[in-house]
Amino acid sequence: MKRNVPLVVAFISGLVILIGGFIPREPFPSIESTLIDWFMIISGFAILLGQASLLHLNITRVKNKMPNWPYYLSGLISFALMLIVGLLWGMEQTPGLLGQGEGVVKFLGAKPFDYLFTNAFIPLSATMFSLLAFYIASAAYRAFIIRTFESNLLMITAVIVMLGRTSFAQLLTGWIPDKFSFLRLPELTNFIMEYPNTAAQRAILISAALGIVGASLRIILGIERSYLGGGK
Amino acid sequence: MKRLLSVVFLLLVGLYPLMTLAAEPVFSASDMPWDDGTAILLKWELDPKMDSLSLQKADSLGVFHEFFNEFSTQGQHVDTSLEIGDSYKYRLISYNSATGDSSVFTGSATTKAQWFDMNKLSLLIMLSLVCAAILYYIYLGRKGKDLFIRRISGLDSMDEAIGRATEKGKPILFVPGLSDLGDIQTIAALNILSPLAQKSAEYGTELLVPCRSSMVMSAARETVKEAYMKAGRPDAYREENIFYLSDDQFGFVAGVDGIMLREQPAANFFLGAFWAESLILTETGFGTGAIQTAGTGQPHQLPFFVVSCDYTLIGEELYAASAYISRDPQQLGSLKGHDFGKLLVIILVLAGVVAEILGWGWFKHFFEGGS
Repeated sequence: MKRNVPLVVAFISGLVILIGGFIPREPFPSIESTLIDWFMIISGFAILLGQASLLHLNITRVKNKMPNWPYYLSGLISFALMLIVGLLWGMEQTPGLLGQGEGVVKFLGAKPFDYLFTNAFIPLSATMFSLLAFYIASAAYRAFIIRTFESNLLMITAVIVMLGRTSFAQLLTGWIPDKFSFLRLPELTNFIMEYPNTAAQRAILISAALGIVGASLRIILGIERSYLGGGK
Repeated sequence: MKRLLSVVFLLLVGLYPLMTLAAEPVFSASDMPWDDGTAILLKWELDPKMDSLSLQKADSLGVFHEFFNEFSTQGQHVDTSLEIGDSYKYRLISYNSATGDSSVFTGSATTKAQWFDMNKLSLLIMLSLVCAAILYYIYLGRKGKDLFIRRISGLDSMDEAIGRATEKGKPILFVPGLSDLGDIQTIAALNILSPLAQKSAEYGTELLVPCRSSMVMSAARETVKEAYMKAGRPDAYREENIFYLSDDQFGFVAGVDGIMLREQPAANFFLGAFWAESLILTETGFGTGAIQTAGTGQPHQLPFFVVSCDYTLIGEELYAASAYISRDPQQLGSLKGHDFGKLLVIILVLAGVVAEILGWGWFKHFFEGGS
């Protein structure tokens, strides 16, 4: 029973959505939007589960003085701080329990939640994202080390594309006569991006789409049950 | 012969007025084909001397109001957000602003909901063929036919990764992507998590599953719990090892990076939907010396995974993983169906190239959804 009900639900929902993709008239569009609404409602409740898990995990670690416990404490304090200021004064145009908090806004220049979001959260997020630049350099270095014919080819292509995207490319190859303009780096870059690169990406997308069809069919027919914990 | 010539002559004479009529300005309103009954298609062909137009719709009192005025001698406009089964009256006024000449056309149409979207006929045919092939191979698999499936090294290495984590006494890290449960990539990741959790339970190795979405966390907990029970080790299951970190993209990345640096997992699995954070995660994992397996359906992130991971599941391999690992003949049969789909796509691509060279535009048009 515990196993069969989800399978039946998956079968009916999958089939209705599949048929609805080809039949534009009612009731299919309504059923689809209702199922999406249900998903959103369940997501809303699941957020509480997530918060409970987060709090439980961090409180336990702080309570047991586990290694690095001050970090978990700072996480809890940040969580509580954002929750409290959000509840008291709200965010952007939304009022909080104490209204729009004009006095605080006058002092900080923004609502406390927005102030913390702009001045603490966004810089921290940007810092994480900016790490990407250094990681790209280290990953590219490893990828471009010439070991095989393929890595050699990869390096040559990468150099052309990277140079071709800069103004330096025009400086280097702008002298090439119009008759051989396809040899200019920007033109070569465009060619690589437009044809071999697009072709390879489309091949991956097509194979992924076929994989999705197969996986969906297995789930709808109840052959694939791993997401329910596996077993027959 | 004379009789034939005279028939042709008469036909041409008869058709001449029709041919001249076709050049006359026309305006038509008709139900939008193959839709849900909420749109009307308006088409016009105006006198070339005209330079402005006003497209108007009558309200319930019969008063016309302008709703479109972008001029084109020959054009069309779709009036949307209408009621199903209602009649609508339209008026088109075209005029020449210099001479003051104008023409008025009227038309009416009733909206009608269709039972099938013919624009998706090609998709239905393709989908039916691929599904039929998958079902056929599933049937063959069920009958016990030995089906050859090519090796996927990323999945064959799963035992090696778990074994290494067990030997080193370090945990296994599994990240089911950054998308929610509504994404098939996340479902595919959870499908792989199940056998992985079962093996980690058998080996007695700790499994860490940080989640970005609460829904994914709940589903992952259920999946891992069932897998541990299946392995006969329900006592080893630790709910707190499958946890929620943050909904924020880079907040989540910071959390996972922290786990990798503190816990030093011996094996990392990044399977599911990933975006800009893919390289940040895998490079950190590379720095810790973990054996890394990644897979995603996002083609833009695959190069990052290929460069920084030991094994990468490309495209369909992510979706095929669960079937491949389970070695269940039925599921393996479905993978053979994928191969048929690939063959079909190759044939259609080649046929499309030939059709375009020969100038048969209908072929491309049909598959573009314009039947």
